[in-house]
Amino acid sequence: MTANIGNSAGVVINDLNLSFGETHVLKGVNLSIEAGEFFAFLGPSGSGKSTLLRAIAGFGPRPTGRILIDGEDIADQPPWKRNVGMVFQSYALWPHMTVHKNVAFGLEERGVPAPEIKRRVDAVLDMVGLIDLAERRPSQLSGGQQQRIALARTVVVEPKVLLLDEPLSNLDANLRVQMRREIRDLQKELRLTTIFVTHDQEEANTTSDRMAVLDEGVIQQVGAPVELYDKPSNLFVANFLGSANVLQGKMSVGKDRKCKFQSENGVAINLGAQPPNEGAVVFRPQNVRISKAGTNCKAGNVQFQGTVGHMEFHGNIVRYGVDVSGHLILIDETHQRGSVLFDIGASVDLQVKQGQIMVVPGH
Amino acid sequence: MKTSTLTAFSSVERGPAIAGLMIAVFLLLFLIVPVGQVIFVAFQDPNTGAFTLINFADFFGNSLFVESFFNSFYVASMSVIVASIIAMPLAYFTTRFNFSGALLIQTLGIIPLIMPPFVGAVAMQLLFGSNGSINLLLEEHLGFTIPFMEGLNGVILVESVHYFPFILINLSAALNNIDRAMEESAQNLGAHGTRLFRRIVFPLAMPGYVAGAALVFIKVFDDLGTPLLLNINNMLAPQAYLRISSIGIADPMGYVISVILVGFSLLSLWISLLALKDKDYATVQKGGGGLMRRDLRTWEKVGCYGVVILILLLVLSPHIGLTLLSFGTVWSFAVIPDGFTFDHYTTVFDTASQYITNTLLYAGIAALLDVVLATSIAYIVWRTKLVGRKWLDYGATAALAVPGVVLGIGYLRTYHSFDVPIINEPLASWWVIIVIAMTIRRLPYALRACVAAIQQVSVMLEEAAENLGATKGRTVWRIVVPLMSGGILAGFVTSFATASVELSATIMLVAKDSDAPLAFGIYEFMQSTSGRGPGAALGIIAVLFVGIGTYFSHVIIERSKKLRESNSIVAEGGTT
Repeated sequence: MTANIGNSAGVVINDLNLSFGETHVLKGVNLSIEAGEFFAFLGPSGSGKSTLLRAIAGFGPRPTGRILIDGEDIADQPPWKRNVGMVFQSYALWPHMTVHKNVAFGLEERGVPAPEIKRRVDAVLDMVGLIDLAERRPSQLSGGQQQRIALARTVVVEPKVLLLDEPLSNLDANLRVQMRREIRDLQKELRLTTIFVTHDQEEANTTSDRMAVLDEGVIQQVGAPVELYDKPSNLFVANFLGSANVLQGKMSVGKDRKCKFQSENGVAINLGAQPPNEGAVVFRPQNVRISKAGTNCKAGNVQFQGTVGHMEFHGNIVRYGVDVSGHLILIDETHQRGSVLFDIGASVDLQVKQGQIMVVPGH
Repeated sequence: MKTSTLTAFSSVERGPAIAGLMIAVFLLLFLIVPVGQVIFVAFQDPNTGAFTLINFADFFGNSLFVESFFNSFYVASMSVIVASIIAMPLAYFTTRFNFSGALLIQTLGIIPLIMPPFVGAVAMQLLFGSNGSINLLLEEHLGFTIPFMEGLNGVILVESVHYFPFILINLSAALNNIDRAMEESAQNLGAHGTRLFRRIVFPLAMPGYVAGAALVFIKVFDDLGTPLLLNINNMLAPQAYLRISSIGIADPMGYVISVILVGFSLLSLWISLLALKDKDYATVQKGGGGLMRRDLRTWEKVGCYGVVILILLLVLSPHIGLTLLSFGTVWSFAVIPDGFTFDHYTTVFDTASQYITNTLLYAGIAALLDVVLATSIAYIVWRTKLVGRKWLDYGATAALAVPGVVLGIGYLRTYHSFDVPIINEPLASWWVIIVIAMTIRRLPYALRACVAAIQQVSVMLEEAAENLGATKGRTVWRIVVPLMSGGILAGFVTSFATASVELSATIMLVAKDSDAPLAFGIYEFMQSTSGRGPGAALGIIAVLFVGIGTYFSHVIIERSKKLRESNSIVAEGGTT
């Protein structure tokens, strides 16, 4: 086994800017990734997340700014000198070489003696469970097997950092869940600093220690998945990490020093203590309780009245869309066997705990 | 009897079954039987009719034939090497660098193909021959000459300049199809420079190169016109032609040579198939295809343009030479002709217009037959479940492996004593046999165009028509054929353009001058020094035919490609 590879390194990115011709793709990126951390770049397509990853590997146009690995600025080094391992989205397994040859390639380029190459290739193939397929060609492997070989080919050279460019996007849904667990296990076993690019928030949430959310070439927020979900720093992050009810409006502080929010359509919400910043009111669908009209409002809750506009049965939850003074409020109700669903057009009361209401800057 | 066997087919498949049967009979009569006949005669004792290898023993016992064999092999191999030397830098420049001359290189890849090699051969002689323009200049200014066109060198030079695009096109496509991630992942693992090229880029591009090289080899190996026009007779194809035309169709040597030509054709096709088999390296992914390109430094740019312009001049030399020859008065021992005139064109239109009208008629009918056959075969193979349908495809494609001279000999042998009813003339000397030869020889190309076209027609579009009440026949007529029209038209134009300059089969089949097409006319004119001017004029007309044809086929293909793209946008966009 090649466990406990000890040369894992931290990555620091300072004021990185990158353009494709006239198009400014990365705009002043600053990041610090700890050694041994599993870090995700999350963002929609075109957000610059893959470009940032490729810049760390040394591909694409030369950026300005600094990329430090283990304290050493590698921005001027060619890709083959950097020793950052990258797993490509397409896997990029060379079709004219066997699995064994593919995996041995990087070691051969590093001038490792033949017996050691054999030992290390066998060990890594054993680790990914594909030692029996060593003499096959990539075209004879399934998608999941190709993915494992691509991973093996990269980690066998003991890179300082492992870069994964949407590694699960070519796999079907079941395999994706299994592979992300395997990747996470492998990363823990090797204690390898890993950067993972994805546009899927569930993938980022389930695998990463911390993540950076990117949009339009700018890092929107960095933090642990729960922190970003519960304390989004702007509306983009709030929306990108999951369904959210967003109400735009005005805030005012009364004589009792309590803060009130008045939405554009006139829905009033008592926020209690004044929030640290101005912004929109945001709460998640699963934090809203739905009940028949005329229900008493519990202390510490905010209540709205509305009518059911649509209803979707998802199995584990029932999602209602309720019209509250022209705002569409989404509610996710956990489904219990035998429970009676609300009909479309029914008058309902909605309650949200004050503590679940976030005030998020942005429009 | 036919109808009783056809009741076995469901009524839905009866139409395609009848068409398939007719095509099969056509291929049998004009491809399988004649070629089979040639092979049969090669193994037959001329006196007793028994099976024998004595003809092959005679062949290899004859020093002229052995020399011809090695010469053909040498010329074909050297042509591959010279063509590679021309094609490789061009492919490298366009795929590796941000080279502004890429359009120039693409043009370079088409110019040679619009002129049959034998047409340019005489012009090349005048430019590069021992008394040609280049050597006269060299002699005068530098005091030495280069034997570009001496003996076999001439054939090699003419063939290389003509056929290098096959390597250029295949190699460029192979390089462009390499997923950039293939190269990046190697860099990521520590490889770069020549090691990266040797271990990743070169092996991935190899199948494309081998396919192109095998094609060049076989085209040169089989070519009859170029050696004949350069007066090189000690090669296989000219020997086959000369034996049959001078000694007669009973002489077994022509058949032995034919078998050898077919054997090498099959070998080359097999090698190129083997090279491409299981190596579909076209792995272009989202990241964008093609290798990493970099900008050229100034001195590199100068070097690149230098090489490209040198090759451009070489590639254009047959065209330049032919144009000069067609307008020149006397051109002998001079860098350029003594004076210029339109007389040769007048001569051609006054005395040789039948060559042009014959060609329009023959190539027109042949191209029409080709697309009808090809569309039917494509439909039968891809849309029906008829038993043995694949064999129609194989049969039609097999014509690729049959050199024109072999087909010509096969027709002469099989049909010289078969009199066509009413006109009471042997089929082998009736002009229609020339049309059939053209049809058979161009069918594989038309078939590929039509197969590509039908593969792009979604079966669902046909099912929708049937769902709305259209019968199979009506669906084919109203949905399939219109949607395939781009491919069919491109197939027609390509077949027409290339059939109009076919020489190696027609040269064997032209019975009288009044039946002869353009290519034969050029050959006839070029035999005498006084005929070279009109011959060149006729050659220019041939080049215009092919050039205009190629241009239109390009336009048609591009237009239908655009149409398809806009269609798919409409389909995705729903009602917009």
